[in-house]
Amino acid sequence: MKIKFWGVRGSIPSPGTNTVKYGGNTTCIEIRTDDNELIILDAGTGIFALSQVLLSEMPVTANVFITHSHWDHIQGLPFFLPMFVHGNTLRLHGAFDPVSGRGIEQIMEVQLQYSYFSVREAEMKARIEYETLMPEQSVRIGSATITPTLLNHPVINFGYRIDCNGKSVFFTGDHEPYCNIYTPGDEGYEEYWMLIEDKEKSIIEAMRGVDVLIADSSFTAEEYPSKKGWGHGTFDSCIAMAKKSGAKLVYCTHHEPTRSDEALEREFEKALLRHPQQDGGPECRLAREGEEILL
Amino acid sequence: MNQISPELEKKLTEAVEKMPAFPKSVQKILELTRNLDCEPKHLVQVIEKDPVMTVKILRVLNSVHCNLPNKITSVNHSVVFLGFNTIKNLALSIASVGILPKYNTAGFDMQQYLLHSLTTAGIAKLLGDKLAGADPMDCYIAGLLHDFGKVVFAQFMPDEFNRALLKRDSENISLHLAERQVIGVDHTVVGSMLAEKWQFPPTLVDCMRNHHSPDAGEGVMWASVYAANQISKKMSFGDGGNHCIEALPPAVRNYFGGDLDEIIASLGDLSKIVEEAQFFFQVGADA
Repeated sequence: MKIKFWGVRGSIPSPGTNTVKYGGNTTCIEIRTDDNELIILDAGTGIFALSQVLLSEMPVTANVFITHSHWDHIQGLPFFLPMFVHGNTLRLHGAFDPVSGRGIEQIMEVQLQYSYFSVREAEMKARIEYETLMPEQSVRIGSATITPTLLNHPVINFGYRIDCNGKSVFFTGDHEPYCNIYTPGDEGYEEYWMLIEDKEKSIIEAMRGVDVLIADSSFTAEEYPSKKGWGHGTFDSCIAMAKKSGAKLVYCTHHEPTRSDEALEREFEKALLRHPQQDGGPECRLAREGEEILL
Repeated sequence: MNQISPELEKKLTEAVEKMPAFPKSVQKILELTRNLDCEPKHLVQVIEKDPVMTVKILRVLNSVHCNLPNKITSVNHSVVFLGFNTIKNLALSIASVGILPKYNTAGFDMQQYLLHSLTTAGIAKLLGDKLAGADPMDCYIAGLLHDFGKVVFAQFMPDEFNRALLKRDSENISLHLAERQVIGVDHTVVGSMLAEKWQFPPTLVDCMRNHHSPDAGEGVMWASVYAANQISKKMSFGDGGNHCIEALPPAVRNYFGGDLDEIIASLGDLSKIVEEAQFFFQVGADA
Protein backbone atom coordinates (compact mmCIF):
# COMPACT_ATOMS: atom_id res chain seq x y z
CA MET A 1 0.00 0.00 0.00
CA LYS A 2 1.16 3.51 -0.76
CA ILE A 3 -0.04 6.70 0.90
CA LYS A 4 0.64 10.22 -0.34
CA PHE A 5 -0.37 13.53 1.18
CA TRP A 6 -1.68 16.09 -1.33
CA GLY A 7 -3.18 18.46 1.23
CA VAL A 8 -2.60 18.66 4.98
CA ARG A 9 -3.93 22.12 5.86
CA GLY A 10 -7.15 22.67 7.78
CA SER A 11 -10.00 25.11 7.24
CA ILE A 12 -8.76 27.21 4.30
CA PRO A 13 -5.93 26.97 1.76
CA SER A 14 -2.87 28.78 3.10
CA PRO A 15 -0.30 29.34 0.38
CA GLY A 16 2.70 31.58 0.98
CA THR A 17 6.27 31.69 2.13
CA ASN A 18 5.35 30.64 5.68
CA THR A 19 3.84 27.33 4.63
CA VAL A 20 6.18 26.20 1.86
CA LYS A 21 7.58 23.24 3.77
CA TYR A 22 4.35 21.58 4.95
CA GLY A 23 2.08 22.96 2.26
CA GLY A 24 -1.01 25.10 2.06
CA ASN A 25 -3.54 22.87 0.31
CA THR A 26 -6.49 21.53 2.25
CA THR A 27 -7.06 17.86 2.97
CA CYS A 28 -6.48 15.24 0.32
CA ILE A 29 -4.74 11.87 0.71
CA GLU A 30 -4.04 9.43 -2.09
CA ILE A 31 -3.91 5.74 -1.34
CA ARG A 32 -2.81 3.09 -3.82
CA THR A 33 -3.49 -0.52 -3.07
CA ASP A 34 -0.98 -3.23 -3.98
CA ASP A 35 -3.01 -3.70 -7.19
CA ASN A 36 -2.79 0.03 -7.88
CA GLU A 37 -6.46 0.71 -7.21
CA LEU A 38 -6.93 4.42 -6.48
CA ILE A 39 -8.54 5.54 -3.25
CA ILE A 40 -8.68 9.25 -2.44
CA LEU A 41 -9.51 10.42 1.06
CA ASP A 42 -11.17 13.84 0.91
CA ALA A 43 -11.30 16.32 -1.92
CA GLY A 44 -9.80 19.48 -0.45
CA THR A 45 -7.75 21.72 -2.74
CA GLY A 46 -4.93 19.16 -2.73
CA ILE A 47 -6.98 17.00 -5.09
CA PHE A 48 -6.31 19.45 -7.95
CA ALA A 49 -2.57 18.70 -8.05
CA LEU A 50 -3.30 14.97 -7.76
CA SER A 51 -5.79 15.16 -10.61
CA GLN A 52 -3.16 16.66 -12.91
CA VAL A 53 -0.95 13.63 -12.34
CA LEU A 54 -3.89 11.32 -12.99
CA LEU A 55 -4.32 12.74 -16.51
CA SER A 56 -1.29 10.71 -17.53
CA GLU A 57 -2.85 7.40 -16.54
CA MET A 58 -6.35 7.59 -17.96
CA PRO A 59 -8.78 5.92 -18.01
CA VAL A 60 -8.96 6.44 -14.27
CA THR A 61 -11.34 4.96 -11.72
CA ALA A 62 -11.14 7.19 -8.67
CA ASN A 63 -12.74 5.99 -5.46
CA VAL A 64 -13.16 9.15 -3.44
CA PHE A 65 -14.15 8.86 0.22
CA ILE A 66 -15.33 12.08 1.82
CA THR A 67 -14.95 12.29 5.61
CA HIS A 68 -17.42 15.16 5.87
CA SER A 69 -18.94 17.96 3.88
CA HIS A 70 -17.10 21.02 5.23
CA TRP A 71 -15.52 23.13 2.49
CA ASP A 72 -11.89 22.31 3.23
CA HIS A 73 -12.64 18.65 2.54
CA ILE A 74 -14.67 19.03 -0.65
CA GLN A 75 -13.74 22.27 -2.38
CA GLY A 76 -11.27 20.71 -4.82
CA LEU A 77 -13.91 18.37 -6.21
CA PRO A 78 -15.12 20.59 -9.09
CA PHE A 79 -11.49 20.80 -10.24
CA PHE A 80 -10.95 17.05 -10.29
CA LEU A 81 -9.84 17.03 -13.91
CA PRO A 82 -10.61 13.38 -14.79
CA MET A 83 -14.31 14.27 -14.36
CA PHE A 84 -14.14 16.28 -17.58
CA VAL A 85 -12.89 13.37 -19.69
CA HIS A 86 -14.85 10.49 -21.22
CA GLY A 87 -13.93 7.02 -20.03
CA ASN A 88 -13.02 7.96 -16.47
CA THR A 89 -15.10 7.02 -13.46
CA LEU A 90 -15.53 8.91 -10.20
CA ARG A 91 -17.11 6.99 -7.36
CA LEU A 92 -17.95 9.31 -4.52
CA HIS A 93 -18.49 7.79 -1.09
CA GLY A 94 -19.60 9.47 2.12
CA ALA A 95 -22.12 9.85 4.88
CA PHE A 96 -25.83 10.57 4.92
CA ASP A 97 -26.66 14.05 6.21
CA PRO A 98 -29.47 13.69 8.76
CA VAL A 99 -30.23 17.42 8.78
CA SER A 100 -30.79 17.82 5.04
CA GLY A 101 -31.93 14.22 4.64
CA ARG A 102 -29.58 13.89 1.67
CA GLY A 103 -26.89 11.42 0.68
CA ILE A 104 -23.35 12.11 -0.51
CA GLU A 105 -24.58 13.33 -3.93
CA GLN A 106 -25.46 16.57 -2.14
CA ILE A 107 -21.83 17.78 -1.96
CA MET A 108 -21.47 17.64 -5.73
CA GLU A 109 -24.84 19.20 -6.40
CA VAL A 110 -24.23 22.07 -4.00
CA GLN A 111 -20.90 22.98 -5.59
CA LEU A 112 -21.86 22.65 -9.23
CA GLN A 113 -24.60 25.24 -9.14
CA TYR A 114 -24.76 27.90 -11.83
CA SER A 115 -23.80 30.72 -9.47
CA TYR A 116 -20.72 28.95 -8.16
CA PHE A 117 -19.28 26.91 -11.01
CA SER A 118 -19.45 27.04 -14.76
CA VAL A 119 -19.98 23.36 -15.54
CA ARG A 120 -23.06 21.43 -14.55
CA GLU A 121 -22.89 17.86 -13.35
CA ALA A 122 -24.79 16.71 -16.45
CA GLU A 123 -22.04 18.21 -18.59
CA MET A 124 -19.24 16.25 -16.91
CA LYS A 125 -17.96 13.60 -19.30
CA ALA A 126 -16.81 10.99 -16.80
CA ARG A 127 -19.12 8.50 -15.20
CA ILE A 128 -20.03 9.76 -11.72
CA GLU A 129 -21.42 7.35 -9.14
CA TYR A 130 -22.51 7.98 -5.58
CA GLU A 131 -22.47 5.61 -2.66
CA THR A 132 -23.81 6.81 0.64
CA LEU A 133 -22.20 4.79 3.41
CA MET A 134 -23.35 3.70 6.81
CA PRO A 135 -21.17 3.60 9.91
CA GLU A 136 -19.35 0.31 10.47
CA GLN A 137 -20.52 -1.06 7.11
CA SER A 138 -17.40 -1.95 5.13
CA VAL A 139 -17.12 -1.60 1.37
CA ARG A 140 -14.64 -3.34 -0.91
CA ILE A 141 -12.54 -1.54 -3.48
CA GLY A 142 -10.64 -4.27 -5.30
CA SER A 143 -8.16 -5.68 -2.80
CA ALA A 144 -8.98 -3.09 -0.11
CA THR A 145 -11.67 -2.95 2.54
CA ILE A 146 -12.80 0.46 3.73
CA THR A 147 -14.70 0.80 6.99
CA PRO A 148 -16.31 4.08 8.10
CA THR A 149 -16.58 5.04 11.77
CA LEU A 150 -18.69 7.90 13.09
CA LEU A 151 -16.45 10.45 14.83
CA ASN A 152 -17.09 13.77 16.60
CA HIS A 153 -17.39 16.96 14.55
CA PRO A 154 -20.04 19.68 14.09
CA VAL A 155 -21.24 17.81 11.00
CA ILE A 156 -21.42 14.05 10.43
CA ASN A 157 -17.81 12.91 9.99
CA PHE A 158 -16.55 9.48 9.07
CA GLY A 159 -13.11 8.25 9.97
CA TYR A 160 -12.01 5.64 7.42
CA ARG A 161 -9.96 2.54 8.01
CA ILE A 162 -8.42 0.98 4.91
CA ASP A 163 -7.20 -2.60 5.13
CA CYS A 164 -5.31 -4.19 2.27
CA ASN A 165 -3.24 -7.37 2.28
CA GLY A 166 -2.44 -7.14 5.98
CA LYS A 167 -1.56 -3.43 5.90
CA SER A 168 -3.81 -0.75 7.32
CA VAL A 169 -4.32 2.97 7.65
CA PHE A 170 -6.91 5.01 9.54
CA PHE A 171 -7.73 8.61 8.70
CA THR A 172 -9.90 10.54 11.15
CA GLY A 173 -11.00 13.40 8.97
CA ASP A 174 -11.90 16.00 11.58
CA HIS A 175 -12.37 14.78 15.11
CA GLU A 176 -12.52 16.27 18.58
CA PRO A 177 -12.31 14.13 21.68
CA TYR A 178 -15.73 13.94 23.34
CA CYS A 179 -16.50 16.12 26.31
CA ASN A 180 -19.25 15.88 28.86
CA ILE A 181 -22.07 18.36 28.23
CA TYR A 182 -22.97 18.18 31.92
CA THR A 183 -21.00 19.47 34.88
CA PRO A 184 -20.31 17.45 38.04
CA GLY A 185 -23.45 17.40 40.14
CA ASP A 186 -25.81 17.52 37.14
CA GLU A 187 -28.21 14.62 36.92
CA GLY A 188 -26.98 13.39 33.53
CA TYR A 189 -23.25 13.71 34.32
CA GLU A 190 -22.38 10.08 35.06
CA GLU A 191 -24.67 8.68 32.36
CA TYR A 192 -23.05 10.93 29.79
CA TRP A 193 -19.56 9.78 30.80
CA MET A 194 -20.64 6.18 30.28
CA LEU A 195 -21.91 7.01 26.80
CA ILE A 196 -18.64 8.77 25.97
CA GLU A 197 -16.53 5.89 27.27
CA ASP A 198 -18.47 3.40 25.16
CA LYS A 199 -18.11 5.54 22.06
CA GLU A 200 -14.41 6.19 22.63
CA LYS A 201 -13.77 2.48 23.12
CA SER A 202 -15.47 1.68 19.83
CA ILE A 203 -13.36 4.32 18.04
CA ILE A 204 -10.11 2.98 19.50
CA GLU A 205 -11.17 -0.51 18.40
CA ALA A 206 -11.85 0.79 14.89
CA MET A 207 -8.24 2.04 14.64
CA ARG A 208 -6.72 -0.84 16.60
CA GLY A 209 -3.21 -1.78 15.49
CA VAL A 210 -3.11 0.21 12.25
CA ASP A 211 0.23 0.74 10.55
CA VAL A 212 -0.53 4.40 10.02
CA LEU A 213 -2.93 6.67 11.85
CA ILE A 214 -3.54 10.07 10.26
CA ALA A 215 -5.34 12.29 12.73
CA ASP A 216 -6.71 15.80 13.13
CA SER A 217 -4.40 17.79 15.41
CA SER A 218 -5.38 21.33 14.54
CA PHE A 219 -4.73 22.90 17.91
CA THR A 220 -2.12 23.01 20.61
CA ALA A 221 -3.08 22.05 24.15
CA GLU A 222 -2.83 25.76 25.07
CA GLU A 223 -5.16 26.83 22.27
CA TYR A 224 -7.75 24.13 22.81
CA PRO A 225 -9.75 25.57 25.75
CA SER A 226 -10.87 28.51 23.61
CA LYS A 227 -11.65 26.22 20.64
CA LYS A 228 -13.72 23.65 22.49
CA GLY A 229 -16.65 22.37 20.46
CA TRP A 230 -15.10 23.39 17.13
CA GLY A 231 -14.62 19.75 16.32
CA HIS A 232 -10.84 19.40 16.22
CA GLY A 233 -8.19 17.55 18.13
CA THR A 234 -4.80 18.56 19.46
CA PHE A 235 -1.29 17.14 18.99
CA ASP A 236 -1.74 15.63 22.44
CA SER A 237 -5.14 14.03 21.75
CA CYS A 238 -3.80 12.69 18.46
CA ILE A 239 -0.75 11.07 20.10
CA ALA A 240 -2.89 9.71 22.95
CA MET A 241 -5.26 8.08 20.46
CA ALA A 242 -2.32 6.50 18.63
CA LYS A 243 -0.94 5.08 21.87
CA LYS A 244 -4.29 3.70 22.99
CA SER A 245 -5.01 2.03 19.67
CA GLY A 246 -1.52 0.60 19.22
CA ALA A 247 -0.92 2.44 15.94
CA LYS A 248 2.66 2.07 14.72
CA LEU A 249 3.05 5.45 13.09
CA VAL A 250 0.95 8.55 13.56
CA TYR A 251 0.76 11.61 11.32
CA CYS A 252 -0.60 14.81 12.80
CA THR A 253 -2.52 16.71 10.14
CA HIS A 254 -5.15 19.41 9.51
CA HIS A 255 -2.57 22.04 10.35
CA GLU A 256 -4.03 25.30 11.58
CA PRO A 257 -4.06 27.74 8.62
CA THR A 258 -2.25 30.59 10.37
CA ARG A 259 0.52 28.33 11.71
CA SER A 260 3.83 28.85 9.93
CA ASP A 261 6.17 25.94 9.20
CA GLU A 262 8.41 27.13 12.00
CA ALA A 263 5.59 27.43 14.52
CA LEU A 264 4.20 24.07 13.48
CA GLU A 265 7.50 22.34 14.20
CA ARG A 266 7.95 24.22 17.44
CA GLU A 267 4.50 23.30 18.76
CA PHE A 268 4.91 19.71 17.61
CA GLU A 269 8.24 19.44 19.44
CA LYS A 270 6.63 20.75 22.60
CA ALA A 271 3.92 18.11 22.35
CA LEU A 272 6.52 15.39 21.80
CA LEU A 273 8.33 16.48 24.96
CA ARG A 274 5.07 16.00 26.85
CA HIS A 275 4.60 12.58 25.25
CA PRO A 276 8.05 11.05 24.82
CA GLN A 277 8.20 8.05 22.57
CA GLN A 278 8.22 4.77 24.45
CA ASP A 279 9.47 1.38 23.35
CA GLY A 280 7.01 -0.03 20.88
CA GLY A 281 5.01 3.19 21.07
CA PRO A 282 3.96 5.03 17.95
CA GLU A 283 6.40 7.14 16.02
CA CYS A 284 4.91 10.62 15.59
CA ARG A 285 5.33 12.81 12.53
CA LEU A 286 3.86 15.93 11.02
CA ALA A 287 1.98 15.32 7.80
CA ARG A 288 3.66 17.16 4.93
CA GLU A 289 2.22 17.85 1.48
CA GLY A 290 4.00 15.65 -1.06
CA GLU A 291 5.25 13.06 1.44
CA GLU A 292 4.82 9.42 0.48
CA ILE A 293 4.63 6.45 2.80
CA LEU A 294 5.21 2.97 1.52
CA LEU A 295 3.78 0.11 3.56
CA MET B 1 -60.30 -5.66 14.91
CA ASN B 2 -57.61 -3.28 16.15
CA GLN B 3 -55.36 -3.14 13.12
CA ILE B 4 -54.38 -0.22 11.01
CA SER B 5 -55.10 -0.26 7.27
CA PRO B 6 -52.16 0.16 4.87
CA GLU B 7 -53.76 3.36 3.51
CA LEU B 8 -54.10 4.91 6.96
CA GLU B 9 -50.58 3.80 7.84
CA LYS B 10 -49.19 5.53 4.77
CA LYS B 11 -51.24 8.67 5.35
CA LEU B 12 -50.21 9.04 8.99
CA THR B 13 -46.55 8.23 8.41
CA GLU B 14 -46.28 10.90 5.75
CA ALA B 15 -48.24 13.38 7.82
CA VAL B 16 -46.02 13.00 10.89
CA GLU B 17 -42.99 13.96 8.78
CA LYS B 18 -44.40 17.47 8.61
CA MET B 19 -45.70 17.58 12.14
CA PRO B 20 -44.73 20.67 14.13
CA ALA B 21 -43.58 20.56 17.73
CA PHE B 22 -45.07 22.20 20.82
CA PRO B 23 -45.02 26.01 20.95
CA LYS B 24 -42.90 26.43 24.06
CA SER B 25 -40.14 24.12 22.93
CA VAL B 26 -40.04 25.69 19.47
CA GLN B 27 -39.76 29.11 21.09
CA LYS B 28 -37.00 27.90 23.43
CA ILE B 29 -35.06 26.19 20.63
CA LEU B 30 -35.14 29.41 18.62
CA GLU B 31 -34.00 31.40 21.65
CA LEU B 32 -31.19 29.04 22.58
CA THR B 33 -29.82 28.58 19.08
CA ARG B 34 -29.56 32.32 18.53
CA ASN B 35 -26.56 32.18 20.84
CA LEU B 36 -23.45 30.58 19.35
CA ASP B 37 -22.36 29.45 22.80
CA CYS B 38 -25.64 27.68 23.49
CA GLU B 39 -25.16 25.09 26.24
CA PRO B 40 -25.77 21.59 24.87
CA LYS B 41 -27.43 20.42 28.06
CA HIS B 42 -30.01 23.19 27.88
CA LEU B 43 -30.96 22.18 24.36
CA VAL B 44 -31.21 18.52 25.39
CA GLN B 45 -33.51 19.54 28.25
CA VAL B 46 -35.88 21.25 25.81
CA ILE B 47 -35.93 18.37 23.34
CA GLU B 48 -36.59 15.88 26.13
CA LYS B 49 -39.69 17.79 27.19
CA ASP B 50 -41.36 17.68 23.80
CA PRO B 51 -42.75 14.36 22.49
CA VAL B 52 -42.65 15.56 18.87
CA MET B 53 -39.04 16.82 19.05
CA THR B 54 -37.96 13.64 20.84
CA VAL B 55 -39.69 11.39 18.33
CA LYS B 56 -38.08 13.19 15.42
CA ILE B 57 -34.56 13.14 16.89
CA LEU B 58 -34.82 9.47 17.86
CA ARG B 59 -36.17 8.67 14.42
CA VAL B 60 -33.01 10.02 12.79
CA LEU B 61 -30.76 8.31 15.31
CA ASN B 62 -32.41 4.92 14.92
CA SER B 63 -32.66 5.09 11.15
CA VAL B 64 -30.69 2.77 8.92
CA HIS B 65 -28.37 5.64 8.04
CA CYS B 66 -26.86 5.64 11.50
CA ASN B 67 -26.60 1.84 11.69
CA LEU B 68 -26.13 1.93 15.43
CA PRO B 69 -25.22 -1.36 17.07
CA ASN B 70 -27.84 -0.93 19.76
CA LYS B 71 -31.08 0.92 19.27
CA ILE B 72 -31.06 4.17 21.14
CA THR B 73 -33.65 5.90 23.28
CA SER B 74 -32.04 8.89 24.90
CA VAL B 75 -31.41 12.35 23.50
CA ASN B 76 -28.00 12.31 25.25
CA HIS B 77 -27.14 9.29 23.12
CA SER B 78 -28.00 11.31 20.05
CA VAL B 79 -25.61 14.10 21.07
CA VAL B 80 -22.75 11.64 21.61
CA PHE B 81 -23.37 9.80 18.34
CA LEU B 82 -24.30 12.57 15.95
CA GLY B 83 -22.60 15.51 17.66
CA PHE B 84 -24.17 18.51 19.31
CA ASN B 85 -24.18 20.75 16.25
CA THR B 86 -26.07 18.16 14.20
CA ILE B 87 -28.67 17.76 16.96
CA LYS B 88 -28.92 21.56 17.25
CA ASN B 89 -29.56 21.88 13.53
CA LEU B 90 -32.03 19.01 13.55
CA ALA B 91 -33.91 20.73 16.37
CA LEU B 92 -33.86 23.99 14.43
CA SER B 93 -35.22 22.34 11.32
CA ILE B 94 -38.02 20.80 13.41
CA ALA B 95 -38.68 24.22 14.96
CA SER B 96 -38.87 25.77 11.50
CA VAL B 97 -41.83 23.53 10.59
CA GLY B 98 -43.98 25.71 12.85
CA ILE B 99 -45.86 25.05 16.06
CA LEU B 100 -48.65 22.72 17.02
CA PRO B 101 -51.76 24.89 17.18
CA LYS B 102 -53.05 25.60 20.66
CA TYR B 103 -56.55 24.71 19.60
CA ASN B 104 -57.41 21.88 17.25
CA THR B 105 -60.74 21.01 15.72
CA ALA B 106 -60.67 17.69 17.56
CA GLY B 107 -61.22 19.64 20.78
CA PHE B 108 -58.22 17.93 22.37
CA ASP B 109 -56.27 20.04 24.86
CA MET B 110 -52.63 19.76 23.77
CA GLN B 111 -51.27 21.55 26.84
CA GLN B 112 -53.01 19.16 29.20
CA TYR B 113 -51.88 16.25 27.04
CA LEU B 114 -48.31 17.50 27.32
CA LEU B 115 -48.57 17.80 31.10
CA HIS B 116 -49.92 14.25 31.30
CA SER B 117 -47.08 12.97 29.10
CA LEU B 118 -44.40 14.85 31.04
CA THR B 119 -45.65 13.71 34.43
CA THR B 120 -46.02 10.12 33.21
CA ALA B 121 -42.43 10.39 31.98
CA GLY B 122 -41.18 11.79 35.30
CA ILE B 123 -43.02 9.15 37.35
CA ALA B 124 -41.90 6.33 35.02
CA LYS B 125 -38.32 7.48 35.61
CA LEU B 126 -38.80 7.39 39.38
CA LEU B 127 -40.31 3.91 39.10
CA GLY B 128 -37.53 2.76 36.78
CA ASP B 129 -35.05 3.85 39.44
CA LYS B 130 -36.59 1.32 41.80
CA LEU B 131 -36.36 -1.67 39.46
CA ALA B 132 -33.23 -3.67 38.81
CA GLY B 133 -32.48 -3.83 35.12
CA ALA B 134 -34.47 -0.71 34.22
CA ASP B 135 -32.82 2.28 32.63
CA PRO B 136 -34.60 5.27 34.23
CA MET B 137 -33.95 7.52 31.20
CA ASP B 138 -35.44 4.90 28.86
CA CYS B 139 -38.47 4.75 31.14
CA TYR B 140 -38.70 8.56 30.96
CA ILE B 141 -38.71 8.56 27.17
CA ALA B 142 -41.25 5.72 27.03
CA GLY B 143 -43.49 7.67 29.41
CA LEU B 144 -43.10 10.82 27.33
CA LEU B 145 -44.06 9.01 24.13
CA HIS B 146 -46.63 6.49 25.37
CA ASP B 147 -49.61 8.53 24.14
CA PHE B 148 -47.98 9.83 20.96
CA GLY B 149 -50.77 8.27 18.89
CA LYS B 150 -53.25 10.74 20.41
CA VAL B 151 -51.43 13.81 19.20
CA VAL B 152 -51.28 12.20 15.74
CA PHE B 153 -55.06 11.63 15.83
CA ALA B 154 -55.71 15.18 17.03
CA GLN B 155 -53.53 16.67 14.34
CA PHE B 156 -54.33 14.51 11.34
CA MET B 157 -57.73 12.87 12.03
CA PRO B 158 -59.39 15.65 14.04
CA ASP B 159 -62.99 14.86 13.05
CA GLU B 160 -62.76 11.18 13.90
CA PHE B 161 -60.85 11.93 17.09
CA ASN B 162 -63.46 14.49 18.10
CA ARG B 163 -66.20 11.88 17.67
CA ALA B 164 -64.17 9.49 19.83
CA LEU B 165 -63.87 12.16 22.55
CA LEU B 166 -67.64 12.76 22.42
CA LYS B 167 -68.33 9.03 22.57
CA ARG B 168 -66.01 8.77 25.58
CA ASP B 169 -68.14 11.39 27.34
CA SER B 170 -71.58 10.16 26.32
CA GLU B 171 -70.89 6.52 27.13
CA ASN B 172 -68.44 7.16 29.96
CA ILE B 173 -65.88 4.78 28.53
CA SER B 174 -62.12 4.94 28.26
CA LEU B 175 -60.72 6.93 25.36
CA HIS B 176 -58.94 4.00 23.74
CA LEU B 177 -62.21 2.02 23.60
CA ALA B 178 -63.96 5.00 22.04
CA GLU B 179 -61.11 5.36 19.51
CA ARG B 180 -61.44 1.71 18.53
CA GLN B 181 -65.18 2.09 18.01
CA VAL B 182 -64.98 5.30 16.01
CA ILE B 183 -61.64 5.08 14.19
CA GLY B 184 -61.15 1.32 14.15
CA VAL B 185 -57.82 1.53 15.93
CA ASP B 186 -56.66 3.19 19.13
CA HIS B 187 -53.71 5.46 19.85
CA THR B 188 -51.56 2.57 21.10
CA VAL B 189 -51.72 0.95 17.66
CA VAL B 190 -50.94 4.14 15.77
CA GLY B 191 -48.15 5.23 18.13
CA SER B 192 -46.45 1.84 18.16
CA MET B 193 -46.89 1.42 14.40
CA LEU B 194 -44.95 4.64 13.85
CA ALA B 195 -42.35 3.72 16.46
CA GLU B 196 -41.83 0.37 14.80
CA LYS B 197 -41.57 1.97 11.39
CA TRP B 198 -38.88 4.30 12.72
CA GLN B 199 -37.06 1.30 14.14
CA PHE B 200 -37.27 2.43 17.73
CA PRO B 201 -36.03 -0.14 20.25
CA PRO B 202 -38.50 -3.03 20.67
CA THR B 203 -38.95 -2.30 24.38
CA LEU B 204 -40.06 1.25 23.57
CA VAL B 205 -42.43 0.03 20.85
CA ASP B 206 -43.82 -2.47 23.35
CA CYS B 207 -44.50 0.27 25.93
CA MET B 208 -46.37 2.35 23.37
CA ARG B 209 -48.36 -0.65 22.16
CA ASN B 210 -49.20 -2.25 25.48
CA HIS B 211 -49.76 0.51 28.01
CA HIS B 212 -53.46 -0.41 28.03
CA SER B 213 -52.92 -4.15 27.62
CA PRO B 214 -52.63 -5.71 31.06
CA ASP B 215 -51.81 -9.15 29.69
CA ALA B 216 -49.69 -8.39 26.63
CA GLY B 217 -46.88 -6.25 27.96
CA GLU B 218 -43.80 -7.36 29.82
CA GLY B 219 -40.56 -6.10 31.25
CA VAL B 220 -39.45 -3.38 33.64
CA MET B 221 -39.91 -0.50 31.24
CA TRP B 222 -43.45 -1.54 30.37
CA ALA B 223 -44.31 -1.98 34.07
CA SER B 224 -42.93 1.47 34.90
CA VAL B 225 -44.88 3.19 32.12
CA TYR B 226 -48.07 1.25 32.79
CA ALA B 227 -48.03 2.25 36.45
CA ALA B 228 -46.85 5.82 35.80
CA ASN B 229 -49.72 6.41 33.37
CA GLN B 230 -52.28 5.35 35.95
CA ILE B 231 -50.59 7.36 38.70
CA SER B 232 -50.56 10.51 36.57
CA LYS B 233 -54.29 10.08 35.92
CA LYS B 234 -55.12 9.28 39.52
CA MET B 235 -53.23 12.36 40.68
CA SER B 236 -54.96 14.44 37.95
CA PHE B 237 -51.65 15.68 36.59
CA GLY B 238 -52.67 17.14 33.26
CA ASP B 239 -55.16 15.30 31.11
CA GLY B 240 -54.38 12.81 28.39
CA GLY B 241 -58.04 12.52 27.54
CA ASN B 242 -58.68 9.25 29.35
CA HIS B 243 -60.32 9.58 32.74
CA CYS B 244 -60.67 5.88 33.53
CA ILE B 245 -58.08 4.71 36.00
CA GLU B 246 -57.21 1.09 35.41
CA ALA B 247 -56.24 -1.32 38.16
CA LEU B 248 -52.65 -2.48 37.91
CA PRO B 249 -52.26 -5.95 36.40
CA PRO B 250 -50.63 -8.55 38.68
CA ALA B 251 -47.38 -8.43 36.69
CA VAL B 252 -47.02 -4.69 37.38
CA ARG B 253 -48.02 -5.06 41.05
CA ASN B 254 -45.40 -7.75 41.46
CA TYR B 255 -42.66 -5.49 40.17
CA PHE B 256 -43.46 -2.76 42.65
CA GLY B 257 -44.82 -4.89 45.49
CA GLY B 258 -48.13 -3.14 45.86
CA ASP B 259 -51.22 -1.66 44.29
CA LEU B 260 -51.62 1.81 42.83
CA ASP B 261 -52.14 3.62 46.18
CA GLU B 262 -49.25 1.83 47.79
CA ILE B 263 -46.93 2.75 44.93
CA ILE B 264 -48.06 6.37 45.07
CA ALA B 265 -47.39 6.43 48.81
CA SER B 266 -43.94 4.95 48.26
CA LEU B 267 -43.02 7.66 45.77
CA GLY B 268 -43.46 10.48 48.26
CA ASP B 269 -44.04 14.02 47.08
CA LEU B 270 -44.66 14.13 43.34
CA SER B 271 -45.43 17.81 43.17
CA LYS B 272 -41.86 18.56 42.02
CA ILE B 273 -42.50 16.63 38.79
CA VAL B 274 -45.63 18.66 38.09
CA GLU B 275 -44.00 21.94 39.00
CA GLU B 276 -41.04 21.27 36.74
CA ALA B 277 -43.32 20.53 33.79
CA GLN B 278 -45.50 23.54 34.49
CA PHE B 279 -42.54 25.81 34.99
CA PHE B 280 -40.92 24.70 31.78
CA PHE B 281 -43.93 25.08 29.59
CA GLN B 282 -45.94 27.44 31.74
CA VAL B 283 -48.98 25.25 31.25
CA GLY B 284 -52.09 27.32 31.64
CA ALA B 285 -50.35 30.62 30.89
CA ASP B 286 -51.07 32.45 27.69
CA ALA B 287 -47.46 32.96 26.70
